[in-house]
Amino acid sequence: MEMQSLEFAQLVFDLALIQCFLTTFPSLHFGMRMLRAQLARCTVPMATRACASRDSAGSAAGGPVEAAIRAKLEQALSPEVLELRNESGGHAVPAGSETHFRVAVVSSRFEGMSPLQRHRLGHAALSEELAGPVHALAIQAKTPAQWRENPQLDTSPPCLGGSKKTRGTS
Amino acid sequence: MSASLSRAAAALLRWGRGAVGGGGGGGLPGVGVRAASSGGQAEQLDALVKKDKVVVFLKGTPEQPQCGFSNAVVQILRLHGVRDYAAYNVLDDPELRQGIKDYSNWPTIPQVYLNGEFVGGCDILLQMHQNGDLVEELKKLGIRSALIDEKNQDSK
Repeated sequence: MEMQSLEFAQLVFDLALIQCFLTTFPSLHFGMRMLRAQLARCTVPMATRACASRDSAGSAAGGPVEAAIRAKLEQALSPEVLELRNESGGHAVPAGSETHFRVAVVSSRFEGMSPLQRHRLGHAALSEELAGPVHALAIQAKTPAQWRENPQLDTSPPCLGGSKKTRGTS
Repeated sequence: MSASLSRAAAALLRWGRGAVGGGGGGGLPGVGVRAASSGGQAEQLDALVKKDKVVVFLKGTPEQPQCGFSNAVVQILRLHGVRDYAAYNVLDDPELRQGIKDYSNWPTIPQVYLNGEFVGGCDILLQMHQNGDLVEELKKLGIRSALIDEKNQDSK
């Protein structure tokens, strides 16, 4: 039985969510086994970035908004690592949109800062984009040591349709 | 002074009830809120986020989220057994949608408030869930996370 890519993405997200629990709550191991079994039956390739790779492949070298985000974050935070992914393809917006992004920013400037402070720094750097075309921005803001523990740009949860009244606004 | 306060309180009550009830009659009813200056709206939002221990602003409702990130917030709260929280659907009200972003100085939805204090969006809540901070923060509010009980059961 072939699974829809959306269901697959939901499963992957569920799996990631439960995987997070495992580090602190081992009692949920049974949930992990169940999800793994479900995923094993799935015929979609087991790439956690299946949806994302479709996005980045579709948008060639990256559009102007992506370039602006990259440039501004580099200027504001001098990051050691900056991974940026246009996730618009997974949402209810036209093809080629630059509205939904996920970014991992690794900077020693984040030392001693709370997650809220780190995110606010990122928002400040991207205020123009966020007031404009960017509708969603998922941020992973880590110090170099934190990044080394888990050097991975996560996957965002699947879109649930968004607003039916307005289109592409925050 | 007291008359306008009671009007604002009445508007808030209608607003809160409408929103928590699944957004059916939700939004900002009444003259008091729509005619409010930005300063007035800030006061009303201030009262709103302090009215309940756990307050979230979502796209959609807890029963039917309309955004993956809002859904993540709902699911995390569900996992911790937090059932008693105020949820406001910004899709029902453009004024609320923009107003809460201005008030929180945060550009996106969902938004989470604990004990009247802005905590962050989906990413931060997920991080707090992963590193155990959310259990601690809920404990400070007198809310016992369901995950503690599960963990204890497992240890026994």
